[in-house]
Amino acid sequence: MLKCRTVWKKLAPLARASSTLCRQNVRRAGLNNGKMPSCVPAGHMSTGPAGGGRENQMYFLLVGVTCVGGGVYAYRTIKGDHQRYQDRIDEISSRPHKQATEEPAIPIQSEPPAVAEPEPQAALSPEEPSPPAPDVEILAPIETTEPPPADEPMVEASAEEAAEPSAAPVVEEEPSPPSEPSPAELTEPPPAPVAESEPTAAAAESLAAEPTEPQPEESAEEPVVEAPPEEAAEPSAAPVVEEEPSPPSESSPAEFTEPPPAPVAESEPTAAAESLAAEPTEPQPEVVAESGDSLPASLQFPSHTPYLLIGGGTASFAAARSIRARDPGAKVLIVTDEPVPPYMRPPLSKELWFSDDPSVTETLRFKQWNGKERSIYFQPPSFYISAEELDGAENGGVAVLTSKTVVHMDVRGNKIKLDDNTEISYDKCLIATGGVPRSLQVIERAGEEVMKRTTLFRKVEDFKSLDKVSRNIKSITIIGGGFLGSELACALGRRSTECDLEVIQMFPEKGNMGKVLPEYLSNWTTEKVKKEGVKVISEALVKSVVCKDEKLEIQLKDGRLVKTDHIVAAVGLEPNVDLAKSAGLEVDSDFGGFRVNAELQARSNIWVAGDAACFYDIRLGRRRVEHHDHAVVSGRLAGENMTGANKPYWHQSMFWSDLGPDVGYEAIGIVDSSLPTVGVFAKATSKDTPKAATEKSGTGIRSESETEDTAVSPVASPTPAPPAVLQKDEYGKGVIFYLRDKVVVGIILWNVFNRMPVARKIIKDGEQHVDLNEVAKLFNIHDD
Amino acid sequence: MTNKTQRCYILKLVKTEDKQQILTFINGGTDHATPSSAELIEEDPNDPYEERGLIFPSGEINWNCPCLGGMASGPCGTEFKDAFSCFHYSKEEVKGSECLEQFRAMQECMQRYPELYPQEDEKVQEYERSSETKQTSQDSASAETSFLQSL
Repeated sequence: MLKCRTVWKKLAPLARASSTLCRQNVRRAGLNNGKMPSCVPAGHMSTGPAGGGRENQMYFLLVGVTCVGGGVYAYRTIKGDHQRYQDRIDEISSRPHKQATEEPAIPIQSEPPAVAEPEPQAALSPEEPSPPAPDVEILAPIETTEPPPADEPMVEASAEEAAEPSAAPVVEEEPSPPSEPSPAELTEPPPAPVAESEPTAAAAESLAAEPTEPQPEESAEEPVVEAPPEEAAEPSAAPVVEEEPSPPSESSPAEFTEPPPAPVAESEPTAAAESLAAEPTEPQPEVVAESGDSLPASLQFPSHTPYLLIGGGTASFAAARSIRARDPGAKVLIVTDEPVPPYMRPPLSKELWFSDDPSVTETLRFKQWNGKERSIYFQPPSFYISAEELDGAENGGVAVLTSKTVVHMDVRGNKIKLDDNTEISYDKCLIATGGVPRSLQVIERAGEEVMKRTTLFRKVEDFKSLDKVSRNIKSITIIGGGFLGSELACALGRRSTECDLEVIQMFPEKGNMGKVLPEYLSNWTTEKVKKEGVKVISEALVKSVVCKDEKLEIQLKDGRLVKTDHIVAAVGLEPNVDLAKSAGLEVDSDFGGFRVNAELQARSNIWVAGDAACFYDIRLGRRRVEHHDHAVVSGRLAGENMTGANKPYWHQSMFWSDLGPDVGYEAIGIVDSSLPTVGVFAKATSKDTPKAATEKSGTGIRSESETEDTAVSPVASPTPAPPAVLQKDEYGKGVIFYLRDKVVVGIILWNVFNRMPVARKIIKDGEQHVDLNEVAKLFNIHDD
Repeated sequence: MTNKTQRCYILKLVKTEDKQQILTFINGGTDHATPSSAELIEEDPNDPYEERGLIFPSGEINWNCPCLGGMASGPCGTEFKDAFSCFHYSKEEVKGSECLEQFRAMQECMQRYPELYPQEDEKVQEYERSSETKQTSQDSASAETSFLQSL
């Protein structure tokens, strides 16, 4: 009816116009044919047909064309309207249709017997023409033309990952009609909950309520008791769900076997929909709960936590510390897929390899340059409280859930789902998922035998396995010339002197750290690496890898062949953005990672820090940084912002690298060898070594000495030192400035230590300095 | 031969493709003898973005200071905050003398986590020592740092 009205409205002016035209023409024709009354003046009109018949034909032609034109226009308008209507229907049905569902709910609840049949269900919906969502339901069983096109978007939607809100409710539509026929087989009470759950199909999570009603019937009392408290944690579903368990518990338990397979079976074809994954999975915690008394208490996770940190690395730990410091009594839950609590990564490619302790792979303790020993773990296990104690802890605490992966994130419902189908809701969430080492395509294509002789180095377990492997083989090759690759090469190179191990490092650049250091320094660094006992093959592109007689043969593009026993791939990090789809978070196309603002916020209540965060740096522009200190700084900042600070990224993080005990550098900002650079160097003395640096500051880890130095005044003048032996190196110590549009955006301090606050200040100022030599003076790289 | 009193350096210009990479070798001591003429922007002590030390410009304690390590965030964080706050705001002649209860509570808590808080006996001794000596308000900052170092 509406259709006709709008169509008529559109056609009316046209109709009027054409009818006037027709009438005019008819009048004229009539005039000519003499059918009109003779009250019309007999005088010839200026437009009168003086020519007689031929003119008549002209007029008839004109009228005909006009009518045809009008008809064509009308047809196209109607067609277009239909298309627009269809588009609108699709668009509306993709939006939550709570209003629509509430209205059918009322007629349904008032007529429970009528609801026993699925047909009245469909029949009820036509009573509500205005809400478009039930229209889809009407159209589904009644009109045959609608379901195929409607099904297509549904099928497509289910083919995609249904994390997108537009897809989710559309997909939900599909199982609800199919599930109707199946309950029809049952007696009245079970269809009642199914029908009742129909109105709640609006929210994605409440669809999960559908099978939960049949499920509580499995063991009448326990899960019903558990279901309300569990779902009570889900605010949006709470009021609706709580009504639901009561009717099913009244119904006979004998029927419970049928509904569970029915919704589960129906959801199978749309199993790709993650929101529907909630459907079959919801029963499982109930099943666990059923036999729950016999299971150990450790499986009882908190259903809600005020602060949820996804990822158990450096950024996450720094955030936890920050939150606990600022919010008294805060309860923080860390969820990590690793089996161990948070630890620091730098020693895995440096200090741990230099340890004299044979049990280092077990203890994971290392001696710092200053002699102090510490573990890679940020805190011993006694620092953390257990997950089940978290809720009840009076002063809060930090709990760590290990070996758990977050597979789905529901931003609207403020909750996440783990790989064991547990749901945990939160108030504030941090995503600090870090990344996964990039693999080489040539290695993945090479097959199982090559893959099992390849290490992608990142975690503690990789260190343990590489340590073991390196003791039992004769030759190892590291592919990659960046930080990780060069550090591992140096570490293994040192070991090569003890055991008979050949260490090869290959990369496409001309020298080690080719993408970071200016060429002259990169060449110099390569020589140093070679002195550590590494065979460096530069400008090497791997073409293929095969396994022959337990040995790997790496074929390079320039024809060289390298034979080795084991490969370590250190070719970069792929940020882990698995949650982006389900959470609806933006992923950056330039740098990878989650796109966040200067305050590290992705969306309300969601922050991202560490390797996975592509953030806006007010000074240096949008970037993504993969360094330890950045993880600490960004994690701390995220923690501050999660507790209401609203501070942007401002304190510039630094990074460092040591190539053996004699050469080390610290850097800050954008250090990219493609930028123009200015270097100022002086002769080095024996004091200018990483070892001396840490001894002087009294700390062990370089980043600690830099970041915890904030209380001291920025321009520290060094105390005069006794004369020291001069080193023979050309590039002994110095400062390298990286420029972008004449502004210093990055600084490397080459064998110059404890001057990072000066460097940080220079970058923060962002000034265009005329003479960089004058700026270099600020570092006081000389001792008089 | 170079004259030590004169500024002397070797400037090497290295051009790689379109990138200019300038190298300057300076003679130790002489070239950087004169103070720098480079100007740095003056720091704003009330800049809200800046990272602060242990005490904010307002006088409040920055619990998130990296210098505190995990003290304020661990299992005994609450006790530590209570004790240290009391000490910080103490106006007594012997700073912190009225905070014995809080410190005792903190010590008790720390004793339950020997792994996390080693050498509690030394800490307590240090505190007792520092509270015995007379502290003036000028020394309060140093008193606090020494107190923290003893932890």
